[in-house]
Amino acid sequence: MTTLSPVARRRHSRHLLPYGLVLPAVVLFLLFVVAPGIYALILSFESRKVTGGLLGSTTTVMFAGLDNYVGALSDGGFWASLGRMLVVGIVTVGCTVGLALLFALLLDTPRARLTRFARLSIFLPYAVPGVIATLLWGFLYLPATSPIGGRVINYFGVTEVYFTVANVAIWGSVGFNMIVMYTALRSLPPEIYEAARLDGASDLQIAVRVKVPLLRPAIAMCCLFTVLAALQLFNEPNTLRPLSNAISSDWVPLMKIYTDAFVNADISSAAATSTLITVAALVVSLVAARMVQGQVGRAGKGDD
Amino acid sequence: MKTRLGAAVGAVVALALLLSGCGAASSDAKVTLTMWAWDPNIDKVVALWNAAHPTIQVKVSNPAGGDQLVSKMITAHQAKNGPDIGKVEYQSLPALVAGGVVRDITDDTKTTVKDFDDATLKATRFDGKVYGIPQDSAPLMLFYRTDVFQKYGLAVPTTWDQYAQEARTLHQKAPSVQMTNFDAQDPGWFTGLVQQAGANWWRLSGTTWHVDINDALSNKVAAYWQGLVQDGLVAKNPSFSPQWNKQMNDGSLATWVSGAWAPAQLGGIAPSTKGKWTVAPLPSWTAGDTSTGIWGGSAMTVTTDSQHPAQAAQFISWLNTDPTAVTAQIKQINIYPAATSGRSLDVLKSPPAFFPNQANYYDLVKQAAPGAHAFTMWGPNVTVTFSSYTDAFGKALQFGTPFSAALDTVQSATVSDLKKKGFTVA
Repeated sequence: MTTLSPVARRRHSRHLLPYGLVLPAVVLFLLFVVAPGIYALILSFESRKVTGGLLGSTTTVMFAGLDNYVGALSDGGFWASLGRMLVVGIVTVGCTVGLALLFALLLDTPRARLTRFARLSIFLPYAVPGVIATLLWGFLYLPATSPIGGRVINYFGVTEVYFTVANVAIWGSVGFNMIVMYTALRSLPPEIYEAARLDGASDLQIAVRVKVPLLRPAIAMCCLFTVLAALQLFNEPNTLRPLSNAISSDWVPLMKIYTDAFVNADISSAAATSTLITVAALVVSLVAARMVQGQVGRAGKGDD
Repeated sequence: MKTRLGAAVGAVVALALLLSGCGAASSDAKVTLTMWAWDPNIDKVVALWNAAHPTIQVKVSNPAGGDQLVSKMITAHQAKNGPDIGKVEYQSLPALVAGGVVRDITDDTKTTVKDFDDATLKATRFDGKVYGIPQDSAPLMLFYRTDVFQKYGLAVPTTWDQYAQEARTLHQKAPSVQMTNFDAQDPGWFTGLVQQAGANWWRLSGTTWHVDINDALSNKVAAYWQGLVQDGLVAKNPSFSPQWNKQMNDGSLATWVSGAWAPAQLGGIAPSTKGKWTVAPLPSWTAGDTSTGIWGGSAMTVTTDSQHPAQAAQFISWLNTDPTAVTAQIKQINIYPAATSGRSLDVLKSPPAFFPNQANYYDLVKQAAPGAHAFTMWGPNVTVTFSSYTDAFGKALQFGTPFSAALDTVQSATVSDLKKKGFTVA
């Protein structure tokens, strides 16, 4: 057994410290992300067939190869759900980021009054859990209970339903994004504004020509958050579903996966669709993250 | 590094074992059974059992109702932590048997089954094996608003033609009031209606399944309702939504085609209509025919996960055949009992609390019950059929497409899923 000198021992423990610190995160990640992911991957290559008796009480698990993936990709319902997610996603991302930016800029103008109150009331919806927010909006939409013109506007109409769903998501997420942008605005050095004002810029010009360009990293970050949230759209349409005939059980991809797995008892197809969606989400996030990094890099260069 | 990771994993595993160990602890002396059911006030009925049986205690919880509870039971079974006892609607039982969720309790219920007639037992006994004890029987009835009918001078329809005529009269006199709503969200309602017409969606020859969802009889029913919907006589919104509750409460809907269990539900749906509803036999397709269908109705089942199946079977037998228990169920939950002896209990001489105006409520239900048609058997993938129904009929209402096409969609979804799962389909 070799004895380590005190210095070496300290260095040794210093090497271990970072590992110790990340260990809990790594363990949780392995247990709750990697392990279920691998399990889903295994399930997606299996199929179950029943045998024995009229109710087929015996189930055999078989290797299905790529059958489940072929089935998922050739299912018109899957592509239709993807399309609906895209429509809602475009509306949600555009409106959320746009409104958050607008509110942040308004709150940051020198003439704004009651900013604390306004900031809090714009942020508050973010604190309301998604399902509760959706139920609340459901009551507002339904003709018999609607105080916002549900008798005149059919909120669950063929086209309207996309905006109906997007609205709930936007209402819930504008506040958070507004805070991100507002905080970024407050951290900008005030000298820039003074310089702009001395050059004769109006508040509007300062907002459009000075603040928005400097906010680019924050805006990009908010876009990334919102795109990721749009890919995971589930709560809003699923909670609104029983209120009308407008939303089917496979309205968006995650609802289709849920229905396949827990209603239709077809866990293998659900696993295959999940894998496809996960891969697609990873690609989108990587591309989006790279774009965000590009924005941050450019902003950093601008500072020099 | 290696040892620390090992220790951490060890600690996590130990913790997990400890947590799961807590749940599994049991002693032979006292047995605690868990039960999943959604009836309001069922706990009061179970309390009677618990007081009399200190060694077999039953704990009720209500994690979800109807179809959602079926999904929960399937999921819980996959995780091997299902309840001992589950309430299952008749139409979902074959699917749960096929999924291995529900246990064969033939040996523990040999005497209990004698208390049910064959027509009732058909819903829980397949291939000669008993998979549940029937709780209630739910023939479809016509519930109508006495006040609305009086106000607009409507007659209580006895045939579907007459029902459509009265709906037209009502629409002319009061355009904002509709006869009822077509419910695309609850397939059990529609299957009740096609059962009355004599449709038989699933049939068996040997172990081969025959699926007849888009047959002529179902198409007749679908076409009839599509006509009413198209003419604006019947609303298109689903039942059991805040919208519908309000319509039911304020008299915007004049009738409700529902199961005999409706009185227990109406109190929650339309609280200010107590004493305003009256029950009548379901309108028939040909005058004088007494056929009706069934919407819902449930059995109590024992799961394959249960560690104490004998005690669980003993409890559900008591719950559904013992006169005290059945009386309590009628009083608390307003069920129309499935057990033969339960149908002549004294408690049935007085009407449900929400129907003080109709002393002969249970007489009418009793008269309707023998005419209730059910499918020969519910298919083993009824959840697929049902979710396809809500999607296809929801779409038909949303886009104004024909109901017959929706029936075709449900038929092909059901058949292709049966084949995919490995069943033999003709």
